[in-house]
Amino acid sequence: MSTFYFIAFLSIFFSILVITAKNPVHSILYLVLTFFTFTIHYILMNAQFLAVVNFIVYMGAILVLFLYTLMLINLNKESEPRKSSLVKFAAVIGGGCFLVTIVAALKAFKVSQPVILNDPNLGLVKNLGKILFNEYLLPFEVSSILLLSAMVGAVLLATKDPKTT
Amino acid sequence: METFTNNIQAIPLNHYILLCSIIFAIGVIGVLIRRNAIVIFMSVELMLNSVNLLLTAFSVYRGDATGQVFVFFIMALAAAEVAVGLAIIVMIYRNTNSIDINVLNRLKW
Repeated sequence: MSTFYFIAFLSIFFSILVITAKNPVHSILYLVLTFFTFTIHYILMNAQFLAVVNFIVYMGAILVLFLYTLMLINLNKESEPRKSSLVKFAAVIGGGCFLVTIVAALKAFKVSQPVILNDPNLGLVKNLGKILFNEYLLPFEVSSILLLSAMVGAVLLATKDPKTT
Repeated sequence: METFTNNIQAIPLNHYILLCSIIFAIGVIGVLIRRNAIVIFMSVELMLNSVNLLLTAFSVYRGDATGQVFVFFIMALAAAEVAVGLAIIVMIYRNTNSIDINVLNRLKW
């Protein structure tokens, strides 16, 4: 029970560090830690397939992509200009208003039943695979087309145009 | 394993909603206060992940595996989005030698 609160504290702590770290590389490393705590959350909810996918796709693929892009873009000079403190203050006020709105709506609900796993093999690969390939077969194929088009688009955008250079 | 998860999971649903709202709000603030385009992208990823966690919590709460399938689709979408977005950032850097988003103020109008 208290494991959840400890991990929740860690995820909030690391996600605050993500947006406040000066160096973008540190920011990415804190994001890795945040995603690791999310993986632990998935394991606590016994969503094992999502835990593994989160671990591989987010921590393995997406964050390595971020790091490589950051290495391609040479940011050695630490030249990120800071926003004025008025803008930062306004941004924190705006985000805080958003949070207060959601919490107030949550107070009005008064649902506080515990999350209890009734079916222990709910998040296992076998169960999810059966649902994914029976009911959601068409969205699955469409998402493969989406990934293919994203790959083609990324290559097309990132290659240098020979006419302009 | 079963007793382990049953011991762990006596957490009220409200606490999951609260945690995910806090992380989503942190992502929103991160988009607003930073000027580095890559850090803004990472804040967007943070928001996507908080929504994923909340969908999984609702899925476990309702005992319905459809939510977890949706989380899988959101992850595929996030991978596509990151690939295209980082390609755009690389192209912007090549043209302007900077990833400060204030350089791009001609996009405002």
